Amino acid sequence: MKEITINVIDETGKKHKIVSPLEMGLNLMDILRSHDLVEGACGGMALCATCHCYIESEHETSSQKDDELAMLDQLFTLDEEKSRLACQIPIVEALDNIIVKIAPPD
Amino acid sequence: MIKTDIIIIGAGPCGLFTVFEAGLLKMKCHLIDYLPIPGGQCSEIYPKKPIYDIPAYPEILAEDLVNNLMEQIKPFNPGFTLGERAEYLDKSGDNFIVTTNKGTKHEAPVVVIAGGLGCFEPRKPPIQNIKDFEGKGVDYIIKDPELYKGKKIIISGGGDSALDWAIYFAKTANQVTLVHRRNSFRGHLDSVETINKLAQKGEINLITDAEVKKIEGKDKLQSIEIKTKQGEEINLNTDFWFPLFGLVPKLGPIKDWGLELEKNAIKVDTLDYSTNIKGIYAIGDVNTYPGKLKLILCGFHEAAIMCQFAFKKVFPGQKSSFKYTTVLGGIQGFEK
Repeated sequence: MKEITINVIDETGKKHKIVSPLEMGLNLMDILRSHDLVEGACGGMALCATCHCYIESEHETSSQKDDELAMLDQLFTLDEEKSRLACQIPIVEALDNIIVKIAPPD
Repeated sequence: MIKTDIIIIGAGPCGLFTVFEAGLLKMKCHLIDYLPIPGGQCSEIYPKKPIYDIPAYPEILAEDLVNNLMEQIKPFNPGFTLGERAEYLDKSGDNFIVTTNKGTKHEAPVVVIAGGLGCFEPRKPPIQNIKDFEGKGVDYIIKDPELYKGKKIIISGGGDSALDWAIYFAKTANQVTLVHRRNSFRGHLDSVETINKLAQKGEINLITDAEVKKIEGKDKLQSIEIKTKQGEEINLNTDFWFPLFGLVPKLGPIKDWGLELEKNAIKVDTLDYSTNIKGIYAIGDVNTYPGKLKLILCGFHEAAIMCQFAFKKVFPGQKSSFKYTTVLGGIQGFEK
């Protein structure tokens, strides 16, 4: 099975290197949650922002839908350049070696 | 006082299915939910979304799943307290008393928390003294707009709620200021156009690329300080400030019931899905344990197991005899 590497900086600043399978239709929140790095309370519906993260590398992530933009717009921890909801980012090969920083709780 | 065998907090799919499993063991249930309709997230948030991982249903709409569950539990004639939030938990001998925010009291030997994501509460701005002014000029939810007639109002936010209220109060308030941290809005296009027109006519004071940073007052809110992205400080006198930044799921009053929590979820023993308080169980998305999967089908499983153990508290000394519904020759419900 093909895999990619995801670099994560958690809320305390600790770095994690995670290997994620490609062919299971996972999103970034699924992977981060399985490593106890985000809560992902709403299960991926862009409803809770408990998977809010900052994309710290130049990787191009999937385009943002209105639901995600509306949710991000309400967050006090928003970084207009880097903020994403991990649940809205499908895991694809192009994300190999991406650097993701977990946002502080809002 | 509503008396029953099991009080179920949360009328989402897991709470509803608990009625069925409890009913097979002759236990009566009463459900409490803050939402005005049963079904939880499935009814409120994504009724028209298809769900693909319910066994035997290749695809089912969330609202159909709820309708089917309501049909399935009909023979067991459950009670409902809807539109009220389970607020307080007290003991009365071996029983629990759960009281809602509207004062409705429920008594039972067993409480099952099936609260899903919890209650959606307003997202609060990170201003240190904001709590001191809640209900004293700072309101997150506008329940009775008449209260604000002729007053000076400041609204923060860029979504539909902020825009709709700014438009509404432009007609009735003495002065309306809308503060948004960007210079574009995410609300409906019609609302955005109306806001811009009202601003041009001077009926709304529009301040964009800015945030409220400080709030002040003696016994109630009197003034706020707004800071723009350019570093300009604007001080405004006001009677009210409405920070409208959407809702965030929180456990709600349950968090103060003495239950052992982990990351906003209730820790349970996977033997019976019991919490650290004897007689209180937690099932579905609201609980946590090693290997937890937040899936409706897992919540159904947890409900079935949990009911076998709850039986011992509802009918002490009696032995439950597990039977398959196919062997029972159909469902024997309760008379109304």
